[in-house]
Amino acid sequence: MTEGHLQTYVPLLIHMLVAMGLAGALLLASRWVGPRRPSRAKLQAYECGIPPLGDAREPFAVKFYLVAIAFILFDAETMFLFPWAYAFRDLGWFGFGAIGIFILFLAAGDIYLWKKGVFDWNR
Amino acid sequence: MLLLEHLWILLALPLAGAAANGLFGRHWSKRTVDAVAVGASGLAFAAALELWREFAQLTAAELPWVRSYFSWIVAGEFRADFALQVDQLTLVMVLVVTGVSWLIHIYSTGYMAGDAGYARFFAYLNLFLFFMLLLVMAANYPLLFVGWEGVGLSSYLLIGFWFLRKSAADAGKKAFIVNRIGDFGFLLGIFLLYWTFSAADFRSVFAAVRQMPVETEAGVLTAIGLLLLAGAVGKSAQLPLYVWLPDAMEGPTPVSALIHAATMVTAGVYVVARSAVIFVHAPLAQDAVAVIGCLTAVYAATIGLVQTDIKRVLAYSTISQLGYMFLACGVGAFAAGIFHLMTHAFFKALLFLAAGSVIHALGGEQDIRRMGGLRRKIPWTYGTMLVATLAIAGAPLFSGFFSKDAILFAAYASGQQLLWGLGTLGAVLTAFYMFRLIFLVFHGQPRFDEQAVHVHESPRVMTVPLVVLAVLSVVGGWLAAPKLWGGADLLERFLTPVLEAPAWLAAFPAEELHALELRLSGAAVLAAALGFLAAWWLYLQQPEKPAMLAARYAAPYRLLWNKYYVDELYAAAVVRPLLWLSERVLWQKVDVAVIDGAANGAAHTARRLGDQLRRMQSGNARSYAAWVIVGAAIVTAALVWWVQ
Amino acid sequence: MLPAATDYYRLLPEILAAVFGTIVMLLEPFLRREHKAALSWLGMLGAAAALGAAVLVRSDAGPAFFHLIQADPFTFFLRLLIYATALLVMLAARAYLDRENLPHGEFYALVLLGSVGMGVMAAAAELVTVFIGLEISSLSTYILASYRREALRANESALKYFLLGSFATAFFLFGVALVYGATGTARLEQVAEGVASVLLLKLGLALVFIGLAFKVASAPFHVWTPDVYEGAPAPVTALLSTAPKAAAFAVLLRIAGTVLPATLLWFWVLWGSAALTMFVGNLAALVQSNVKRMLAYSSIAHAGYILVALAAGTEAAYAAALYYLAAYALMKLGAFTLVAHLAGRGERRLTLEDYAGLARREPVVAATLSLYLLSLLGLPLTAGFLGKFYVFVAGLRAELLGLVVLAAVNTLLGAYYYLRVILYMYFREPDPTYEHAAREPVPAGTGLVLAATAAGTLLLGIFPGHLMRIAELAAASFR
Repeated sequence: MTEGHLQTYVPLLIHMLVAMGLAGALLLASRWVGPRRPSRAKLQAYECGIPPLGDAREPFAVKFYLVAIAFILFDAETMFLFPWAYAFRDLGWFGFGAIGIFILFLAAGDIYLWKKGVFDWNR
Repeated sequence: MLLLEHLWILLALPLAGAAANGLFGRHWSKRTVDAVAVGASGLAFAAALELWREFAQLTAAELPWVRSYFSWIVAGEFRADFALQVDQLTLVMVLVVTGVSWLIHIYSTGYMAGDAGYARFFAYLNLFLFFMLLLVMAANYPLLFVGWEGVGLSSYLLIGFWFLRKSAADAGKKAFIVNRIGDFGFLLGIFLLYWTFSAADFRSVFAAVRQMPVETEAGVLTAIGLLLLAGAVGKSAQLPLYVWLPDAMEGPTPVSALIHAATMVTAGVYVVARSAVIFVHAPLAQDAVAVIGCLTAVYAATIGLVQTDIKRVLAYSTISQLGYMFLACGVGAFAAGIFHLMTHAFFKALLFLAAGSVIHALGGEQDIRRMGGLRRKIPWTYGTMLVATLAIAGAPLFSGFFSKDAILFAAYASGQQLLWGLGTLGAVLTAFYMFRLIFLVFHGQPRFDEQAVHVHESPRVMTVPLVVLAVLSVVGGWLAAPKLWGGADLLERFLTPVLEAPAWLAAFPAEELHALELRLSGAAVLAAALGFLAAWWLYLQQPEKPAMLAARYAAPYRLLWNKYYVDELYAAAVVRPLLWLSERVLWQKVDVAVIDGAANGAAHTARRLGDQLRRMQSGNARSYAAWVIVGAAIVTAALVWWVQ
Repeated sequence: MLPAATDYYRLLPEILAAVFGTIVMLLEPFLRREHKAALSWLGMLGAAAALGAAVLVRSDAGPAFFHLIQADPFTFFLRLLIYATALLVMLAARAYLDRENLPHGEFYALVLLGSVGMGVMAAAAELVTVFIGLEISSLSTYILASYRREALRANESALKYFLLGSFATAFFLFGVALVYGATGTARLEQVAEGVASVLLLKLGLALVFIGLAFKVASAPFHVWTPDVYEGAPAPVTALLSTAPKAAAFAVLLRIAGTVLPATLLWFWVLWGSAALTMFVGNLAALVQSNVKRMLAYSSIAHAGYILVALAAGTEAAYAAALYYLAAYALMKLGAFTLVAHLAGRGERRLTLEDYAGLARREPVVAATLSLYLLSLLGLPLTAGFLGKFYVFVAGLRAELLGLVVLAAVNTLLGAYYYLRVILYMYFREPDPTYEHAAREPVPAGTGLVLAATAAGTLLLGIFPGHLMRIAELAAASFR
């Protein structure tokens, strides 16, 4: 079974290799073939743009992160609901109880965040 | 049969003393501390005497007498009990250890009086006694190793006792670490023993070894013997691991007397004698014992010739005398080795205690170049120290005479004339450096400021132990005086059931033996006389000569004065490369350059927290990750391609 | 096919710890500031309940949740170790958190939730379950490592820990995927039937090893350890150096014990890694003047000794490794707890100079620390000696003479730096210009932890029999 069922993935692998190879080859080719004569004027921002001020990597306010992370967490955990919904009939009341506990744990996290004032944007 | 049934009492006494003084001693008066410490060691000695009485009633079939108290290590089929044993060898050791230790405890109450760490000192001393007794009473190698490490630890604590001196603390550490090298061999020896015999208790191991043929070529017994020897060499300060003992003299003098002369350092000899069966079955290992012992005996004696610190002279002397004990074991005369161990315990403890009394009298002076003419001012110290010197030099009828004779005789009779020759040379040197010490300290003109130093004899608590030890230094030898001198070989006959009798003994007819003994004794006395006369001539008759000789033979003199540069050699060959590797390579190159480098570089230029975090992220963690990737690549490559 | 009551029963310790952890977390925002310290009782109650459950479950050994979980004597041993460690860490942490003005509730919650992950790792009989446990424990420890939010150094080290930890977990997960690809299963019992020569399985097991090697901090995957151990709050360091390490070792042991291809494949890697780890740890520790960092390197070195037992690969060796883990946990917990106490507010006093003359100022504290250090060094009558002894004997029985000799050489190196601390405490006076911290009495909780670990270190050194029997039973689970 070890070698056999892997063979089904071989076309996928070839596809991936071709895609990556093609992209890489094109990039290399343009770099290799195309002439490059950089000058001061060419490197400047386009005429109607404005010259950049400071570093692009400015620190953000930390509350962006908090909300973003909370969002990702809950978002990722909702994904568990899909397979549950799919198998809902087979799982029956047991499945209902299990997902209930799961949601309870999520709710606990939510309550914690709320009480900690994470959602209070003006703080 | 109280003590035979309850051997642990012997161990419990000093342990209780140590615990009491260690926990509460700080709050107690000196008198109470004294009573507890001296009481504990005195009771231990009394118990040892009682043990002796009970032991005499045992029949040969009951020996060795083993009592197991609980199973300590059990792992699969491996088993080591907390078991104590008594046989003739143990009994001799227990008597010597407790007896000498008791005397030294008494002496210390005078010597250490007024020291800030008084109770702590006695707690350590009792703790040492506990581990030493455990060492000699253990019935298996692992338990012996516990005592072995324990005495090392107590020794470490006591050497560094006066920790305000940096040299003292460093000396303690050096002793501990050098000993670890030997211990490591010792531990491997125990493992190999267990591996071979599936047992580690003396009774089964020795019974199994007796079934094996004598190894004419190197085999497993030889390996075991050599590994055990490595441990013994570390603990008993033999070549090449002797370097810690001279430094150990930084400890208080009673400690030098008890641990670094009379008891702990002889543990190596004890282990070799205890493992006599193994060594007899592994002649190569036994030869190594003889050669190391003999070389050390002469080597250390030569260094002792020129040292000027009173305690260091004695330290080198101890190393040299321990060499004699190894020599004895190496030529098969284990009983002679133990005999010398015993007499040495008496006279060397005495020498150190007397030296302590001298130091005490001069208010802390240890340099013999600034002593002289003390003979009349501290007569008791002088008298007893003279007795000890006569004993160690081998003056007829003193204890050292008999024991050293027995060793040299054994060396000669076993057919190792070269070892005998070296040993006799060592005897000349011994007599020389010991009398040099006596003459420089007690004779001639005082070389210190008599106005500034008020010389005084030590108090009674210090002189009485000196006198007791002096008596023992004389009569101790009669115990085992051979028939030639009207003795009865008591000790040797007593020990014979435990220690193998030398094989060559049977080859001699009785008359020839006596004639040889007489001739060799004559040679030994001659050697001692030669050393004495040389010292007498150089240091009493022509006191300006030594300096002239030192100037004329500057190169060899410097070599001896600097102890053959061995410390420097070790530092250059071992210590510095290790530290270099740790500091320059692992710490500065890997740790700092790769790991902290980026972070430090960041701190340099960072203006804002965000900036710093970013740099750290881009530089530092990346180099970490590089490490992980390299490691992962190696591991994966190894697993995928290399391992079949 | 639904889980039955026994399934839950066999996972009871982890379930209880998870419930208590969640309750602690949930209660935290509702309590008033001055009452929050009381959460430590609830947290400790949770750990104690998990411990009790572990003992309870012991009599009912067997698989659970369709062979994802295995509650056997091996699991029991590690549960004891993990939850006892969690309990002691929480006990000691209360005074520390007060001193450093750090929030209470989350700490206990995270310790409990982290130990759930470790418990799952110890109990897992299937690689994806191992991964879940690994993630649960790692996420908690990442946060704990950065618990001192104001301390820059701590933040830096925590970030490194997080980045590299995720990196290593990715290795592990990829390895699991490959193993699954090669054998069509992730259940260890079934993976065991795989053929060792298949490239995919080799690659998979190699990556699994790398992921776990990172967690046990064995060379060359140890680079994160010194920084993180130094930067993390000392009670967290105490936790990090013991429980997660034990859990990762548990997984290594279970794989090595049940999956024969892994046993064969890993041998030389274990050998090399053990030797390298011991030397790197001990040599680098030689020159450290920061005691916390020195202990971090010492942790690395100790992982090396345990790897020796793994390389030996016999049942006796696994028992020795378990014994070593317990002994090691005791002395490291004690040592780091004491370091936390002595470091003072803000953990400023961590260098050897700060320890100069400690024996004079605080004889009992100095003696206790000496006991841990002597045990780490491997002096007889301490747990550390017997741990090494068992490991060395097992190594020799497995004919690994070379590796055992290397290990013995390493104990020699170790003597140097452990003794140096003792030297400073007993034999050196501080510089007269040195500013002493005001003498702080040892808080009750810390004192209890110290007493327990010190007593344990001694007891295991003198009467190792009982624990060793449990360890032997545990190691026999793989038969």
